[in-house]
Amino acid sequence: MLKLITQLSAAGALVLASFAMASAAEEALPHFPLKEPEEVDWSFSGPFGTYDQQQLQRGFQVYREICSACHSLNLVPFRALGWEGGPHFSEEEVKALAAEYTVTDGPDDTGEMFERPGAPYDYFPAPFPNAKAAAYANGGAAPPDLSVIAQGRGVERGFPTFITDIFTTYQEGGPDYIHALLTGYEDPPEGEDVRPGQYYNPHYAYAAALAMPPPLFDDAITYAQNEDEDPNNDVPQTVDQYSKDVAAFLMWAAEPHMEARKSMGFTVLAFLLILTALTYYTKRRVWSDVEH
Amino acid sequence: MQGTSEYTPRTGIERWIDKRMPLPRLMYDSFVSYPIPRNLNYAYAFGGILSVMLISQILTGVVLAMHYAANSEIAFTSVEHIMRDVNYGWLLRYLHMNGSSMFFLAVYVHIFRGLYYGSYKSPREIQWLLGVVLFLLMMATAFMGYVLPWGQMSFWAATVITNLFSAIPLVGDAIRTWLWGGFSVGDPTLNRFFSLHYLLPFMIAGVVILHVWAFHVTGQTNPTGVEPKSRRDVVPFTPHATMKDAVALVAFFLVFAWFVFYMPNYLGHPDNYVEANPLVTPPHIVPEWYFLPFYAILRAIPSKLGGVIALGLSVVVLFLVPWLDTSKVLSAAYRPLYRIFFWVFVVVCIGLGYIGAMPPEGGYIIAGQLLTAYYFIHFFIILPLLGFIETPKPRPASITEAVLGRPDEPGEPATPAGATAMPERRG
Repeated sequence: MLKLITQLSAAGALVLASFAMASAAEEALPHFPLKEPEEVDWSFSGPFGTYDQQQLQRGFQVYREICSACHSLNLVPFRALGWEGGPHFSEEEVKALAAEYTVTDGPDDTGEMFERPGAPYDYFPAPFPNAKAAAYANGGAAPPDLSVIAQGRGVERGFPTFITDIFTTYQEGGPDYIHALLTGYEDPPEGEDVRPGQYYNPHYAYAAALAMPPPLFDDAITYAQNEDEDPNNDVPQTVDQYSKDVAAFLMWAAEPHMEARKSMGFTVLAFLLILTALTYYTKRRVWSDVEH
Repeated sequence: MQGTSEYTPRTGIERWIDKRMPLPRLMYDSFVSYPIPRNLNYAYAFGGILSVMLISQILTGVVLAMHYAANSEIAFTSVEHIMRDVNYGWLLRYLHMNGSSMFFLAVYVHIFRGLYYGSYKSPREIQWLLGVVLFLLMMATAFMGYVLPWGQMSFWAATVITNLFSAIPLVGDAIRTWLWGGFSVGDPTLNRFFSLHYLLPFMIAGVVILHVWAFHVTGQTNPTGVEPKSRRDVVPFTPHATMKDAVALVAFFLVFAWFVFYMPNYLGHPDNYVEANPLVTPPHIVPEWYFLPFYAILRAIPSKLGGVIALGLSVVVLFLVPWLDTSKVLSAAYRPLYRIFFWVFVVVCIGLGYIGAMPPEGGYIIAGQLLTAYYFIHFFIILPLLGFIETPKPRPASITEAVLGRPDEPGEPATPAGATAMPERRG
């Protein structure tokens, strides 16, 4: 009987495995993205990861000079740019940055709306007054808000990576995807039909092409960091570097308290490890008078 | 739980209270002097872990509700407000959202432990039924909680699940409209889900009290499945079980903390960081991991009504387990065949979970159907049949004998200090 059961379950496992393999082979529809994103070596990955302050400042510059033409950042106030564990601009810099924007306030005592320079407590003004206007100006699809985009994107990791991810604490699917998308534009392969107003990108999560034209090109932005006297801290002004920097900035925008989380995590886990040892030896002591 | 109480009030205040409302006596008899089998292993610690997780979820949830707005216009933003502007809001939210996963992890270990050691068998049927009620309440609570952040998965999970009710013949559409409070998932749906999500945990707490009460009457099972027969088979709850549960709890918190601090979004889905949009359907709608096996069963049946019936039956069958299992032997340790089928069943459940996460196409459909068939065969054919064809191994005469590996000699001075009356004579 025992042997029979073992044999039956082995046969069952074989059948299931062959079905799973068959399904992998006979995929009728293409699965998007066509290409998996490459894993970038981020400064903020892993249990001890922290944001690279200069990278966040560069990424912010990319957002401000390029992305913000179409994409809003509704949930991020200017004051957040001064937070520790973020771009950490000085108070004066934040004030000056905010003042460069014009925000609509009001109504005032006469009931009229009025415009004034931005202040640290204001949020980034959106490029379009509403979603309809954004869609109309962009060929029918409103560019998504970027506040939490780094947590709102991520490619399925598949077996067995999704298990090893638990131990490597891989949580960078969002920035990896953003970097892959921004660097992934290429000419469509032979026979691939790309509609006008669409741009082929095998890294796009939902189709083979998307409505956003390639937004970055080499030397599109002169980094403030490269304009100082010191050539040692210069960074390349390439699409790859811009993509990494803006992806890092968007990760911060999505989770501004990540550094606080990871550093608290270390304290908590160290405490729990010691507590586990202490409770375990107390328990041994308590049970030492009983065989169990 | 009077009668053989071990509680002696020591101070005047204690005596004063004890005469009027003997709550300290109840607590003492339930959690200090209460006898537990001396051979309980760590699998028995998950009941305690679940109680702590329930308290943790209620505490974090109550504070989150102070900052959350159940309004479909601003629900998503209010959650992000918690993450960004509320002091330690990120911690509260990550604890709460990973807490639900840990809650289910613990409850699955707890349920499988019950299945392995026959914890549902006479006289513990009511205990088991209350447990299944708790599981159902947990499922409802978790589902409604998942809707509250009003992300894409929230919205579409709510749509998929509420649409299941429309499969009911004749009244299905009316029930669905009534659940929605409108003609699609919208603001009224979010409001009632929030209200119920706040209510149900307190109902869970109430049923937990009944669940704990029930096992204080019948006593716990133990890995031998032989009921305690003498004082030598038991040890007092405090400090023995308290300490062992504490070890398991702290170790469990290590896993919990690992997820909260290093992988807070691993168990969730990225689409839930995209605000709900009724006009855009996500490419794959998947539930949280703890519902995946049931989702696979739902999708395995080609007809909608059939799928809903299979889904319902897959949970309801747990209510029938005490009567489907015909074997009188409690512990799988002495049931050579059941032990194998138990582990096959565990693997099948994990397999169903994997299928539930995969897109419904090609071989995954067939694999899902085979596993679903086995899920029901396990309960409706294997479980009843085994009682008749299986020859159980000889069981030890007592727990102490099993522990010592030789017949118990009453003269031995191994009696644990403070071991108390037998559970049968209590209650």
